[in-house]
Amino acid sequence: MTTARERVLGRVRAALQDVPADEPAERSLQRTYADSHGMGPTLEVLVDRLDDYKALVRRVRPEELAGQVAAALERRGAQRVVVPSGAPDGWFAETGVERVPDSREDPLPLEALDGVDGAVTGCAVAVAESGTIVLDGEPDQGRRATTLVPDYHLCVVRAEQVVDAVPEAVRMLEPTRPLTWISGPSATSDIELDRVEGVHGPRTLEVLVVAADG
Amino acid sequence: MSATFLGIPPFPEAAHTAVEDSQLRHNLRKATHTIRDKRGQVVDELGDDWSALRSEGAAIKEHTLRHLDHYLEQVEDSVQRAGGTVHWASDAAEANEIVTRLVHETGQSDVVKVKSMATQEIELNQALERAGITAYETDLAELIVQLGDDLPSHILVPAIHLGRAQIREIFLQQMAEWGVPAPPGLTDDPRALAEAARVHLRERFLSTRTAISGANFVVADSGTLVVLESEGNGRMCLTLPETLISVVGIEKIVPTFDDLEVFMQLLPRSSTGERMNPYTSMWTGITPGDGPQEFHLVLLDNGRTDVLGDTVGRQALRCIRCSACLNACPVYERAGGHAYGSVYPGPIGAILTPQLQGMSSEVDKALPYASSLCGACYEVCPVAIDIPEVLVHLREQVAEGPGHTGEKAMMAGAEAALSSPATLDAAQRAASLARGAVPQHLPGLAGNWTDTRSVPEIPEESFRRWWKKRGGERS
Repeated sequence: MTTARERVLGRVRAALQDVPADEPAERSLQRTYADSHGMGPTLEVLVDRLDDYKALVRRVRPEELAGQVAAALERRGAQRVVVPSGAPDGWFAETGVERVPDSREDPLPLEALDGVDGAVTGCAVAVAESGTIVLDGEPDQGRRATTLVPDYHLCVVRAEQVVDAVPEAVRMLEPTRPLTWISGPSATSDIELDRVEGVHGPRTLEVLVVAADG
Repeated sequence: MSATFLGIPPFPEAAHTAVEDSQLRHNLRKATHTIRDKRGQVVDELGDDWSALRSEGAAIKEHTLRHLDHYLEQVEDSVQRAGGTVHWASDAAEANEIVTRLVHETGQSDVVKVKSMATQEIELNQALERAGITAYETDLAELIVQLGDDLPSHILVPAIHLGRAQIREIFLQQMAEWGVPAPPGLTDDPRALAEAARVHLRERFLSTRTAISGANFVVADSGTLVVLESEGNGRMCLTLPETLISVVGIEKIVPTFDDLEVFMQLLPRSSTGERMNPYTSMWTGITPGDGPQEFHLVLLDNGRTDVLGDTVGRQALRCIRCSACLNACPVYERAGGHAYGSVYPGPIGAILTPQLQGMSSEVDKALPYASSLCGACYEVCPVAIDIPEVLVHLREQVAEGPGHTGEKAMMAGAEAALSSPATLDAAQRAASLARGAVPQHLPGLAGNWTDTRSVPEIPEESFRRWWKKRGGERS
């Protein structure tokens, strides 16, 4: 009896009789397309795109970061936030908000995660042209659930993590890590194709872009 | 859920009914024009680079299809190395059986689902229902369709045929039967409707232990699966459950992770007309301590190898399901998705459905004609599928099949008349002599044509005769 695997592979091979046997199966990208599209100063473009998605976004200097984290959490009215184990303590130097730690090794139960007021994380890379922040599960970004279940996500992006366009970002990522690309708060266009921000994922995304020149 | 495409009449008849529904035409016109404009803006923003990306996207997909056996084996190897289990299904029945068994093994009777064309194609929800398993759709538009016991009518926005007031009615009447009811004062503001969906599904996400998804891409070299979405329902399903089962057509493979740098630009801009969709999840097998700890990939053929075997029709398998061709199509805009009688509507459906199903039914045979061949679909296709070329190719196959005796007789007559100058001359002379006797309305098959057109006037003499009379001078 042939297995489904043999059947499918057999049919595929039978269907490809026209392909010369010596045609190489491997292929590299031709890359006739641009690495980026010269849309303006990187950080300005990132801020513009995030703003377009209705994310809250601010540019801050490194020495202002702790104060801006505190101010953002206060504006949000957050009492308790989930913080991945690898997030720098310095971010929280000026806030009295309760930090609930989470990590792969010591994960919060789902109900507890559902009970916090937000999540504060870093990111792996950000893409200016598309207004995208990519998380890769490093200890300062945490498990995927931590930035999904709470209704508010505050993300710290350092200027050196920002690239102009998608190709540069893809080349920096490690495929074997769980990757989440985030471009604004959750949204839907399912009703008459009108975009509405805020469905199942965090309804508010706030981004602090940290650069030496603010 | 019992709605099915089975029993929808062939396109001409179904479209005839659809175009008379003014609410439907209003909804479709508004939606397709909105998204068409948005797409135009974000595509134009990339200037000439768009065509370079489009060529590369087409080349990647075409290459992968030409070596699909190689890449399928590579996917199997990569996914298994990353801790996933790979299953093969040659048709819908096998795929449904595998998924049903896997769900039974989890001991669960409820599953949450991420919007997936492949699982709609195989009617997985109905198969699960027969096995006592309830599948909850979580994408907002899929939820609307499921609650309304309706059928999807668009690849990206399955409820595009419904307006906000109709959606409000469905929520008010049906949500309670499926779980958390709609709030009593629900308005038809899209914000309020989205909020009602959030509340309705929240507990479901937090408590359901098994999820079923499709995938936009499967990366062969890394074993990574990719799902693009907007609402976060995808992230919920892909992250919170203990077991994840992904059903993916064998044409969804791309060779390398780097190929995503092309498709992550092409797909969002073509699909929702955004620079990027709000959320994309990429996962590779199992990550200890993060996300589902059991992962199954079901590789689905279900007619795809038949499409692959047709060197003209093969290009339909490049499709990345963006739905730009639906939004650009003047026929889709007027007839809507249901008239195509399949989960794949619009121009891509008109070439994909008959090929997947083997042109066995009247519905399939009518689909290659559900187009004016204007070419707008090809223009907007991010992987350059020449849909008009495939439509004409499929029309040839339909015409060569049984039936169509009238057309065949006329074509045979034309062939005889055109086969030599002498017979053409004789035929043209006969036509000129009979010109007074040709009625304005032709009988029989040709009457379909003269219903809406005038019969052209036959000249006294043919061009060839007039030319000859002038001495046939050459310039």
